[in-house]
Amino acid sequence: MFRSYSPPGQPARRCGYLWNSGIDFSLCLQCRSQTKVYGTRYGIKVVTATHSDALDQRKCGNFMSKNRINLYKYAAPANFYPLAGKLIPLFAVPSAILFILGMYVGFFVAPTDAVQGESYRILFIHVPAAWMGMFLYVLMAIYAGVGWAFNARLASMMATAISPTGAIFTFISLVTGSLWGRPAWGVWWVWDARLTSTLILLFLYIGFISLQSSIDDARRADRAGAVLALVGVINVPIIYFSVQWWNSLHQGATITKNSFKMAPSMAAAMLILLGACWLYSIAVVLVRVRYIIREREQEAPWLAEATA
Amino acid sequence: MGLIRYFATDKYAVYIWGSYGVTFLLLGAEVLMLLKRKRNLTRGHSPKLESRDNRLETSFQEIR
Repeated sequence: MFRSYSPPGQPARRCGYLWNSGIDFSLCLQCRSQTKVYGTRYGIKVVTATHSDALDQRKCGNFMSKNRINLYKYAAPANFYPLAGKLIPLFAVPSAILFILGMYVGFFVAPTDAVQGESYRILFIHVPAAWMGMFLYVLMAIYAGVGWAFNARLASMMATAISPTGAIFTFISLVTGSLWGRPAWGVWWVWDARLTSTLILLFLYIGFISLQSSIDDARRADRAGAVLALVGVINVPIIYFSVQWWNSLHQGATITKNSFKMAPSMAAAMLILLGACWLYSIAVVLVRVRYIIREREQEAPWLAEATA
Repeated sequence: MGLIRYFATDKYAVYIWGSYGVTFLLLGAEVLMLLKRKRNLTRGHSPKLESRDNRLETSFQEIR
């Protein structure tokens, strides 16, 4: 949805794909089909023209060439919104089951660690949370980049929807790491390479969220956020390799391609909780992206039908 | 539930329960915030959009 507010007498201006005359109609720059005017607000004509309207009506030649139709169908919020609604329970319910199963295996099946005693059980949630923080950042940057490069607003909305969940997982990994470090290392926090770079990851998430919420125009906020997200991606390999590159207090990788230095029941608890975190993230992001679509596309006719 | 009682007396119990407590508190808070957002949307009012519209309105008044 491109909303443009054109005061009377102001020259026409271009926004996104749409050339907005500012008076009573807009053209989609890709298919040149005329789109609609939905009304006035504050005495200013609000011209709302959607590319997805053209998609829905199968008018837009660029997007509707025969071999591309399936690939791009769900790039239109109008098509993605109901699909996401159907997918949410498919991820939310298994996520809850896996959380319960993972907690059971972690607390009742996995044996006590010979060196660390019981406190190592914190790692069952610490490690998945830290992985999720990094995975979700990369995913967010990919979506933000796609949204920026191809002017795909749904991809940008996905990036916005992922960011709070990623920030929460990064915060959880820092807090649980601190709670583990106190009994294991004797300190709550050290300015170690891995800990510091994870803290920077949290700041990148917070920066992304606050940058986007400080810009009123949604598409401009998407582009600004995409720059920050893509620049920040450099931090993810730094976190990952920090334990190899620098002499770190944090231990190295336990699970690598060639070795698996872990009791099976301990590994099972961790991997089950990782699966639970993934499914949880997908469910929460789908819920949030639906709300973002509803907020941004308020005036679209398809939304009134979908939420009626 | 013998294990639970064991954890209650373990010297690391506060760290373990603290970790899982923080985790599920934060994930629960995220879900609650989404439910609140849904409630606002279904009532047809969105604080974020309203404040944005108010700012846009003032900026147009300034242009005039």
